[in-house]
Amino acid sequence: MNPDVKYFLQLVLSGLTKGSIYALIALGYTMVYGIIKLINFAHGEIYMIGAFTALIIGGVLQITTELSPLVILGISLVAAVFYSAAYGVTLEKIAYKPLRNAPRLTALISAIGMSLILQNFVLLAQTSDFLPFRSMIPDFSFLIPGKSLLTTTQLVIMVTTFVVMLFLTLLIKFTRMGKAMRATAQDKVMAQLVGIDINRVITFTFVIGSATAAIGGVLIANHTGQINFYIGFLAGIKAFVAAVLGGIGSIPGAVLGSFVLGMTESLGAGYISSAYDNAFAFLILILILIFKPSGLLGRNEVEKV
Amino acid sequence: MKKSVLVLVAMALTVSLFIGCAKDSGTIKIAVVGAHSGDLASYGLPTVKAAELVAEEWNKKGGLLGKQIELVIEDDACKPEVAANSAAKVVGDGVVAVIGHICSGATKSALGIYNEAGIPAISPSATNPPLTQSGNYPNFFRTIAPDDAQAYTDSKFVAEVLGAKKVAILHDKQDYGKGFADFCMAALEEMGVETVLYEGITVGGIDYSSVLTKVANTDAEALIFGGYHPEASKLVQQMTQRGISIPFVSDDGVKDDTFIQVAGEFAEGVYASGPMDTSDNPMYKKAVQDHIDAYSEDPGAFFINAYAAATAMMNAIDKAGSTEGDAIMSALRSEYVETPLGSISFDEKGDAIGVGFAVYQVQNGVYVEL
Repeated sequence: MNPDVKYFLQLVLSGLTKGSIYALIALGYTMVYGIIKLINFAHGEIYMIGAFTALIIGGVLQITTELSPLVILGISLVAAVFYSAAYGVTLEKIAYKPLRNAPRLTALISAIGMSLILQNFVLLAQTSDFLPFRSMIPDFSFLIPGKSLLTTTQLVIMVTTFVVMLFLTLLIKFTRMGKAMRATAQDKVMAQLVGIDINRVITFTFVIGSATAAIGGVLIANHTGQINFYIGFLAGIKAFVAAVLGGIGSIPGAVLGSFVLGMTESLGAGYISSAYDNAFAFLILILILIFKPSGLLGRNEVEKV
Repeated sequence: MKKSVLVLVAMALTVSLFIGCAKDSGTIKIAVVGAHSGDLASYGLPTVKAAELVAEEWNKKGGLLGKQIELVIEDDACKPEVAANSAAKVVGDGVVAVIGHICSGATKSALGIYNEAGIPAISPSATNPPLTQSGNYPNFFRTIAPDDAQAYTDSKFVAEVLGAKKVAILHDKQDYGKGFADFCMAALEEMGVETVLYEGITVGGIDYSSVLTKVANTDAEALIFGGYHPEASKLVQQMTQRGISIPFVSDDGVKDDTFIQVAGEFAEGVYASGPMDTSDNPMYKKAVQDHIDAYSEDPGAFFINAYAAATAMMNAIDKAGSTEGDAIMSALRSEYVETPLGSISFDEKGDAIGVGFAVYQVQNGVYVEL
């Protein structure tokens, strides 16, 4: 293969990986925003709690049982999903539900507060040090010759992102619950009038959003090999940018925005300098918001007068 | 009103002059100045304890030049503006030598004052290279290697032991990491090694595959990284997974057991430089044991360097047979002294000969000195 072409291909694949990583977190952001118009800043912490749950459950299973790594991964993933979903729902009940009719800024501040509380809770309950997270994903043998292009974990992250996006899109388009979610998003009062239990819909949204965050947390920790209480903040910021870029509230938008962001960072790092990858990310955000303030796939909301 | 204040000040000054004279008789005063309060107090207080232990030992033996040693302890809070005041104060107190300061910035602002007064100062922890290398402070000595010594050690290792002709350098864009990377690049250039890639990476990044792709795309024979262990462990893991097998060489921020713990199997074979290990030295063991006996806890940061500094300074005064600054300084430069850091002396610039960095490699899950 021509070295220049190979280099370009490697950068594109690395951009796709970064994009998939951001997308796994951005999907939850955008779903919650779509339904209750709240930027859930504690979403990154739910992601971090997912990773910690998998670390603990996986660690215990690795020591006490002789299950194969894939089974352990599966069990940890399920545990992380349940645990994070419980956190997400509790968060909504404690911090957001009482503020549902308050100004949007109030709920936003509440979200930032919850983010700090959860970070410091994990800091106190666990440790401030980085903890090693041994990869639970065994290398696929068919990928070994091409590992300079694409590693197994990267492939798993990409595939998962697409499956999750597909699942969410189908869920929202074709199920009863999806219909109820769309109705709640459009007009909460009218939705209640036609008999939709919006509390149930919102709880469900937090369950799904937190579950995707937990899946993201586990897979990304497999990729980075280490976690601490602060990973959610850093990842959350990038995912938030990606969600805004794609048009916050739109599921395909979150994925598209994430890929645009990941690709910009990767190509920028590859052809210009990796010292400025954050600068490229925010530059593209500014450019897109100047020309399309609602984001790539966001719908312009008509202000009713 | 104003007049009365002036009178008061004048009176206070006169009284303080008398106090200064009155104290000047039977003791040799040595100042210990550093960060003793504020968030960097943990860097400065162990030096006070080290100086106290060494002084106590000399005093038990009958003191220095027949006089008891009296320590004058001043706080500079690691702030340059406070350090200048502390320096003026201890000079006014009539000290013959200074152990300190702790932070490079504070040390720099105090040194001019000591220099004018002809008083030697020895720091256990100020690593900023120009303090010795600029030649502005002939009265300055230190028992810690300057920042660039570490880069020099690593560069020499890469050029001579690994025999690399081309290297890639990454850093984390922070003071310590980038400083190390810059010093390495300069040192390697002098040794005839070409830097084919020099890039910063973002701290806390999730995925470094783009920049590693870039490294793999060069013909670098080694990768030097300036930064701390969280990024280093992600880099080595992702390098291994992508099949990039060139040696990974890094700094003291990576020569930490947490790195091995977090990076696990991926840490194997990584090179990192760190201070030479002298924990087998009998004086080292004795200093630590004395500290435990006196304070019933393990010593803190720079304790060993401070113990060495105090030992060297008192030995120099003893050998010089005088409290004259010039005599002490020439004794520091000419006499070798046994310290917990080994047998050391000082070169023309004031850096310790025999104190430095060594390269370590992770072998079977532990750092082994090469």
